[in-house]
Amino acid sequence: MALLEVKDLKVRVEEREILHGLTLTVNEGEIHAIMGPNGSGKSTLSHVIAGKPGYEVTDGQILFRGEDLLEMSPDMRAAKGVFLAFQYPVEIPGVATMNFLRTALNAQRKARGEDEFSTPDFLKKVREVSKSLNIPQDMLKRGVNVGFSGGEKKRNEVLQMALFEPSLCILDEMDSGLDIDALRIAADGVNALHSPKRAMVVITHYQRLLNYIVPDIVHVMSKGRVVKSGGKELALELEASGYAQFEDAA
Amino acid sequence: MNVAVAKTGKGRAVSDLFTSAEGRLPGSPAITAVRREAFETYERLGLPHRRIEEWKYTDLRALVGEVLPLAAAPDAAALKRAAEAVKAHAIAGASKLVLVDGVFVANLSDVKALVAEAGFKTLREVLEKDAGLLKTASTDAMIALNAAMATDGVVLEIADGAKLSAPIQLIHIATSASASAFTRSQVAVGKGVHATIVETFVAAGAKAYQVNDAVIITVADEADVAHIRLMDDAPDAVNVSSHFVTVGANVKFSFFNMTTGAAVSRLQGFITLAGENSELSANGVNLLQKTEHGDTTLVVDHAVPNCVSREIFRAVIDDRAHSVFQGRIIVRPDAQKTDGKMMTRALLLSDEAEADNKPELEIFADDVSCGHGATAGALDDSLLFYLKARGLPEKQAQALLIQAFVGEAIEQIADEALREHVIGIAERWLERRQ
Ligand SMILES: Nc1ncnc2c1ncn2[C@@H]1O[C@H](COP(=O)(O)OP(=O)(O)OP(=O)(O)O)[C@@H](O)[C@H]1O
Ligand SMILES: [Mg+2]
Repeated sequence: MALLEVKDLKVRVEEREILHGLTLTVNEGEIHAIMGPNGSGKSTLSHVIAGKPGYEVTDGQILFRGEDLLEMSPDMRAAKGVFLAFQYPVEIPGVATMNFLRTALNAQRKARGEDEFSTPDFLKKVREVSKSLNIPQDMLKRGVNVGFSGGEKKRNEVLQMALFEPSLCILDEMDSGLDIDALRIAADGVNALHSPKRAMVVITHYQRLLNYIVPDIVHVMSKGRVVKSGGKELALELEASGYAQFEDAA
Repeated sequence: MNVAVAKTGKGRAVSDLFTSAEGRLPGSPAITAVRREAFETYERLGLPHRRIEEWKYTDLRALVGEVLPLAAAPDAAALKRAAEAVKAHAIAGASKLVLVDGVFVANLSDVKALVAEAGFKTLREVLEKDAGLLKTASTDAMIALNAAMATDGVVLEIADGAKLSAPIQLIHIATSASASAFTRSQVAVGKGVHATIVETFVAAGAKAYQVNDAVIITVADEADVAHIRLMDDAPDAVNVSSHFVTVGANVKFSFFNMTTGAAVSRLQGFITLAGENSELSANGVNLLQKTEHGDTTLVVDHAVPNCVSREIFRAVIDDRAHSVFQGRIIVRPDAQKTDGKMMTRALLLSDEAEADNKPELEIFADDVSCGHGATAGALDDSLLFYLKARGLPEKQAQALLIQAFVGEAIEQIADEALREHVIGIAERWLERRQ
């Protein structure tokens, strides 16, 4: 059974159709890249998978391990193993990062019927993960993403991904705003999570990220549809010739 | 007014409320006369209602209707329940002073530990000789009623220079149903004193009761005082409390109020900065649900130059609850270089929740810096979604954001253990809405 199956998905936002029948299948262990011009609906797709309100699904299905994802609350989806690293992570003043991480991790575990982490186990785990991602401990004492630079916010997303160990990771432009070193560190973090049981969907505008996170399949999205899928060489082709050829196809 | 009116021998109208209680109200005959006069003032005015400007948002005639008869002195069973409540609500290490249904209970209190550091008497003892404590420069009906009916309270005198090692915690416990408790306390803080005073209002099996409390605090020069009031009365109770605080020179006075209980409540604080170079921090949190009505009214009077006042108020309002914040800053003609700021924010958790906010600046000096700001709104959907996408169920995500929202006011409490105690009460409120 596929890990994620998006079938002929049609989505409206404020009376306007954004996704016009999108189909995508992701299996365990695979790395998918989604590329496509601004406004083609990449973030919309990721939001609908994560359960963000404000999107109206008018047709189609999203199945996660065969279960209807659209029937689940966003927190339920997270507990089942869906993780979206946001293109624009929000700042949450007054909610300490550490407290948030522990609350979220334990909420997911509780929803799955697992024991909560003890404080020492939790701290040990956070320390390990943040060290590998070059995130200083004092950043974790601040409010969630408050005063973080763009790159730090993205690293904080990867930190959460590493901590929650989801089975489907959707990374929406995690490379935007990262400097070259930070990009490598974050990509190493993502690669370290790669396993035969876990799938990645990497949304990006740049081939460069795909040098670090090497995709099995590259999809081109245009005007709310997947218009072409291929191997990693498709990304190189796009880099050379742009999206113009697909806009006509869409 | 719904109280029955009787005629006394002298032909004056005195209602049953007072006549039936009179025999149990402590004080010499001279004090009885003071009480009687106060009661007449109350009778003339009646319960405050919406046409009285200061009470415009808290119409006690509509919300409460009548003042319940004086609670009986607590019996053994009541004291047993009270003892359990003391255990549950005591702050670790604090010197406890316990009032049960308006009566000071020595054997639940830590008078011995306290008298080493502060002079202590009960109101009952003080009223044997002196009626001064029943007099306050106020024309408020509820304060007059308090003077008429006060059965007990604590009277503390903290000597110059004393640095109190632990907080003093005044615990008000209600144990009876459909009755009123009237208390009045005074704290005289000496020069250079460091002290923390906590007031806790809770119920021990009591229902539909009424509390009317008054606290008079005088703070001498150079003192550093934290005053924290935690009103967590039963959800069907009424609590009307009045504070009169007079602050000397070079003082740091930090006040914090949190309302998490009572069907109808009003805290009215009158704080006068009467000495130069003092800093006042007056903060509050109203956490209201169901049909609760919570009113926090603070009047800060800058009577002298060069003082700073800061007010941070947060209201979290769920269901059909109604929060009121009235903040008045008065700057007297002499009070140049006054720096007074007030910031209030309301978080509305339901479409039917209501927040009224009335800031007032009355400035009679020209070289001052004063301001106020107010916002009201719902929880931010994008923040809620972020938390839910990370696995937090709706209510838990809300709880985290609500805690962050009130955190800014709670953070003003300097002592970490006290802050944790306050956060604990706020968390219990949040659990009640799960
Ligand atoms: N809340 C919204 N209200 C109205 N239009 C929206 C909303 N969200 C998205 N859209 C529109 O939907 C389209 C797709 O947006 P989306 O953010 O999914 O694109 P994207 O492929 O992620 O673009 P980018 O590469 O710039 O991140 C855009 O035209 C956008 O303006
Ligand atoms: Mg996008």
